[in-house]
Amino acid sequence: MKIGVVTFPGTLDDRDAQRAVRLAGAEAVSLWHADTNLHNVDAVVLPGGFSFGDYLRCGAIAAQAPVMESIIDAANGGLPVLGICNGFQVLVESHLLPGGLIRNEHQHFICRDQKLIVENVDTAWTNGFKLGQEITIPLKNGEGGYIADTETLNRLEGEGLITFRYSEVNPNGSVNNIGGLKNKKGNVVGLMPHPEHAVEPGFGPDTAVAMRSGVDGLTFFTSVINQLVNA
Amino acid sequence: MSTVVDTTKDAKQSPDKAQPWKELGLKLEEYENIKEILGRRPTSAELAMYSVMWSEHCSYKSSKIYLRQFGEKVTPEMTKNLIVGMGENAGVVDIGEGWAVTFKVESHNHPSYIEPFQGAATGVGGIVRDILTMGARPIAVMDQLRFGAVAHPDTARVVHGVVSGISFYGNCLGLPNIGGETVFDKVYQGNPLVNALSVGALRHEDLKLAKATNPGDLVILFGARTGADGIGGVSVLASETFDADGPSRRPAVQVGDPFAEKVLIECCLELYAAQVVAGIQDLGGAGLSCATSELASNGQAGMRVQLKNVLLRDESLTPEEILMSESQERMMAIVPKESLKAFTAIVEKHEVEYSVLGEVIKEPRLYINWGDEEIVNVPPRSVAHDGPVYERPVLYPTWLDQLNRDSVINNNLRRATEASELSEQLVQIVSSPNQASKSWITDQYDHYVGGNTALAMPDDSGMVRVSEETGLGVAIATDANGRYCQLDPYQGAKLALAEAYRNVASSGAVPAAVTNCLNFGSPENPEVMWQFKQATAGLADGCLELGIPVTGGNVSFYNQTGDVAIHPTPVVGVLGVIDDVARRVPSGWQDQGNNIYLLGITRDELDGSVWSEVIHDHLGGKPPIVDLKGEKALAELLHGASLQGLVASAHDLSEGGLAQAVVESSLRFGMGARFWLNEILERDNVDLTAALFSESTGRVIVSVGREDDVKFFGLCEARGIPVLRIGVTDASEKLEIQDVATWNLIDLKQAHSSTIPELFG
Amino acid sequence: MPKIIVEVMPKADLLDPAGKAVANALQRKGHSEVTNVRIGKRIELHYENTPTEADLQAAEQIAADFLSNGVIEDVVNVSVEH
Repeated sequence: MKIGVVTFPGTLDDRDAQRAVRLAGAEAVSLWHADTNLHNVDAVVLPGGFSFGDYLRCGAIAAQAPVMESIIDAANGGLPVLGICNGFQVLVESHLLPGGLIRNEHQHFICRDQKLIVENVDTAWTNGFKLGQEITIPLKNGEGGYIADTETLNRLEGEGLITFRYSEVNPNGSVNNIGGLKNKKGNVVGLMPHPEHAVEPGFGPDTAVAMRSGVDGLTFFTSVINQLVNA
Repeated sequence: MSTVVDTTKDAKQSPDKAQPWKELGLKLEEYENIKEILGRRPTSAELAMYSVMWSEHCSYKSSKIYLRQFGEKVTPEMTKNLIVGMGENAGVVDIGEGWAVTFKVESHNHPSYIEPFQGAATGVGGIVRDILTMGARPIAVMDQLRFGAVAHPDTARVVHGVVSGISFYGNCLGLPNIGGETVFDKVYQGNPLVNALSVGALRHEDLKLAKATNPGDLVILFGARTGADGIGGVSVLASETFDADGPSRRPAVQVGDPFAEKVLIECCLELYAAQVVAGIQDLGGAGLSCATSELASNGQAGMRVQLKNVLLRDESLTPEEILMSESQERMMAIVPKESLKAFTAIVEKHEVEYSVLGEVIKEPRLYINWGDEEIVNVPPRSVAHDGPVYERPVLYPTWLDQLNRDSVINNNLRRATEASELSEQLVQIVSSPNQASKSWITDQYDHYVGGNTALAMPDDSGMVRVSEETGLGVAIATDANGRYCQLDPYQGAKLALAEAYRNVASSGAVPAAVTNCLNFGSPENPEVMWQFKQATAGLADGCLELGIPVTGGNVSFYNQTGDVAIHPTPVVGVLGVIDDVARRVPSGWQDQGNNIYLLGITRDELDGSVWSEVIHDHLGGKPPIVDLKGEKALAELLHGASLQGLVASAHDLSEGGLAQAVVESSLRFGMGARFWLNEILERDNVDLTAALFSESTGRVIVSVGREDDVKFFGLCEARGIPVLRIGVTDASEKLEIQDVATWNLIDLKQAHSSTIPELFG
Repeated sequence: MPKIIVEVMPKADLLDPAGKAVANALQRKGHSEVTNVRIGKRIELHYENTPTEADLQAAEQIAADFLSNGVIEDVVNVSVEH
C-alpha cells in the first residue's frame, strides 16, 4: 500500500505525515509539487504548512502546481485524498471541497489540543472511527476559519458532508463549528487539525492517562489502508 | 545608474581626503590603524567594511578579554565531547550514536524596540541560519523575552509585536518552539530584550565550517536578493558619492521572509547531502563584508569578488550599500569548480536564486571589484579577526554596598502573621505577571511540528528526540535573573547557570554544554564593565566547577533606557543529553497517592526574591547562595533515579520558591495534593514565609510512586542528598498546605492563567 | 511603468476579521465617525508596453481565476493605470 505525501515549497508537516503513514503500516511516497507523476500511489495526503508562503491566499498558488492537476483528476476518479490544514486550504482552492478558509476570528495563530466530534464515518479516512466519537487532535493555525454562504452551508449540513465538528471550544470562528468536511463520494476529506501529530505515544496530546499519549490521529491512516485493502 | 566609486587607486592618489570615520562609529586611533594596515587611506567601501566589522556588535571589542575565560577555564575532561568550540557560528556537541547537536542563543534587542515584529522575526531567522550553517537541520527554537512594566502604555506595543513576530517566523519555518521565558521589569522599558535560541541536529560527518581554504573554489551568494535592509547607519557614505536623495530612504530595519528561509533550509540540506559545498557562511550582521572576510580569514586564504554579480532587489544601491546590506535569508557557499553543476541543479530545483561572485585565492587578501574598478583590497584577517580589543575602564559601583546592606531582614520587611495573609500572598505571587502562566504567548507557537517534541512549556526544559530509532534526545533550559545579578553579578551568573542546569537534570537529561547571551548596559560605563567582568567570571568559574563548557554565545551591550542601564542580564542556556526521551520526567504529577519529596535545604533567602518584589516592591540584599557541588550531586541523583524509573515527576524550585513549584506541579495535570511544612520548619529552622517563598537553590520537588518509595529514599541517603517527605498527591482537585490554606485547583488555575490574557489579550 | 491594477475585496456579506479588528482599534482611538472598515488587496500587474484591450481582458480573466477566490472575494476593479 503506497500513500503519497505532497511537498510544496513551504510545506512543513510532510515528514510527520510520512511517519504517520509508516506507523499505520503503509509505504510513504514523497510527491514533489512540480512533478505530475503520482507514482501509482493508492492515496494522497496534502500536509500542513505554509505552501508558497501563504502568498496571495493560503493554498492558492499550491492549487495551481503541476502535481495538483494530476491529483484533482485522480480525486474526481475516486482516489482517496486527505487535506490537512494547509492541505485543506489547497483542496478548497482547487474546488475539490466547497467553502473558504479565512483568518482566525481572534487574529492570532493558535496551537492547542482540540476536541472534535466525528460526524461522518462514511469516508476513506474516517471509517475506523465510531459515529459521534470524540477525538483529540492538535490544531495549529492562523487562517483556520471555515466560511461558506448560507446556501452552501445548508447543503453541507443537509447532505451530511460535515465530517468533523469542533467540540467544547471553537478555536477559530469557523461557521457552525465546522472542523472538516468530505466530498459527496467520501474519498476527499479536509480538516484543519493535524492527525499526523497524534500518532505516536510520547509525542501526541496529553491524555488523562499520561502526558503526550494521545494517538487518535492514527485511525485516519489505518482507515484509508483498511478501505484500500478491502476494496 | 552611474556611480562615482572611490577606488583603491583614488585612495592612493588622495590620501588627505576627509572621510566620515567618526560618523561611522570609529575612533581616531582605529582610523589611523586602518591606514597603517593598508599603507594608505581606506576607500569608501573599505571604510564601511571596517566600521561595521569593528563595531561592538561584530567584533566583541569590549568583551573579548573577558570571553576568553570561557575558552581558558576548561579541562580536557570538560571538552572531550566538544566537536566545535567557541568562535564558530555555533558550538557543536557530540551526543553519541554518531549524532551531534549544535545550539546557540543570540540577541536582537535594539531592532525589537524600533520595530518589534520584524526585529523579533529576523532575530529568529538569524539564529536559525547560524545553526543551518553548521551543516545541521534546525530542530527547535526557544526565546527569552524581557519587557517593560506591564502597566506602562508602551509595553503592549512591544509585547504584541515581538510575540507575533516570533510566532510568524518560527511557525512558518516549521520549527517547534519548546520553551523560554518572559519577564516584565521596568528596567527594560526603553530596551526590551529579545533573545532567540535554536538547536540543530547533524551526523558527525555532515559538519560544515565557515572557511574557504582551497584556491580555485567558487564563491557563490544564494538565497534572497540584496536590498537596502539594515544599512541606515552606513548611508552616510552615500553623501560621499553622488546620491542627493539617498540616505533618507534607507531603512535601518531588516524585513524577514520565513518562506524564503524555509526554502533555503531545504535547499541547503540537499546541498550538504550531495556534498557539493566545501564551506558555508550565513549572512547576518554586516552582510557581505562579514561573509567574505570571515570565510577567507578562517581558511587563511583570500578571495577575488566581483560585486556587480550580486543579484539586487534595488538597482540603486551603491557598492558600499551592497557590502553593508543586511537583507535576510542569504548564504554564501564555497563550491569546488567540479561541483558547480550539481550545485546549480539543486538550487534551481528549489527555485533559489544564486550568483557566482568570484573565487578563492591562495594569497590572504580580499579583492573586491566594482566592474573594472578595485574598491576593496584588504587583508581579510584584519577585518574579521584582528579588530580592536579594548580594555575598558572597570569601576566597582559603590552604590552596591548600600544595596547589599538593604536586605529583607535589615529592612524588617513585614512577614505575614496570619494563615489567611500567607494564603493571599501565595495567590498574589502565582498570579503576578512574571509568575503567571504564559500560555497566552506560547499558544501562538507551534510545538508539534516535526513530531519529535518530548517536552515543551510549561515543563522544566524543552526536549526533542534526535534519533527515531533509539529515542536519543536533547533537553534545553534557559534562565536568567536580572534582579539577582543587580545585587551580585558574579553570583547572579552562577545562579542562572545553576538554575538552567537543575532544570535540565529535573527532566531526566544529563547536562552537557552551555550557551549564553550576555545582555548588559553601555560598556562605556565603567560600572557596567565591572558587572560584565564579574558575570563572565561567575559563569566561567561555574562552568568549570560543573564540568560543562561554554560552546558559544552572544554579547549585547548598550541596553539602556535613557542613561539607566538594564540590570545585568546574562541568559544562560544549558543543553543536556538523554539516551531515550521516553524516560523524560514531567514537571507535575498525574497519579494520585504518590508521595512528594523535597530535595535540598531551605534557608531564609528572600533577598531579590519574587516575594520581595510582589509583596514589598523591594530589591536589596544578597541573592541566594549557590552550591554547585550540591547541584551536581542533586543532578546525579535525579539521573540515577530516572534511569531506574523511580521518579514520576520532578520540578525544580526557583523564583517564587516552594509555593510556586507546588502550584505549578498541581496545575500541570490538574491533580491535587496535600502538603505539610512543619518538618521543613524544624529541620531547616525557617519560618512559614521562608518555607513558602525563599528562593534557596539546589532544591527540587519530586513525586514518587508508593512502590518506589523505599528505593528512592535509599538512593537519596546513599548519596547524601537531604530529603523530606512533604506531601502526597490526591484526586481531591484541591491543593492543601497545612496551617496555611486549602485552595480549589480551579481557582488557582483561574488566578494563574488569567493575568497575561487580561493584560495583553 | 505601464500597469494594470486589480483590486480584490472580501465578499460583502462575509466576515472580515481583519477589517473588524481595525475598525475596533479606530473606535478605541476615538474615531467614532468611521462606522466600518473592510480590507482588501491591490495587485499591480506590470507590462513592457502600454496594456492593450486584449491585455485588459486577459487580466480580468487572471483576476477572476487566480488573483481572487470567488467563494470569498469579489474583484472590484481591473483597470489600466496611466
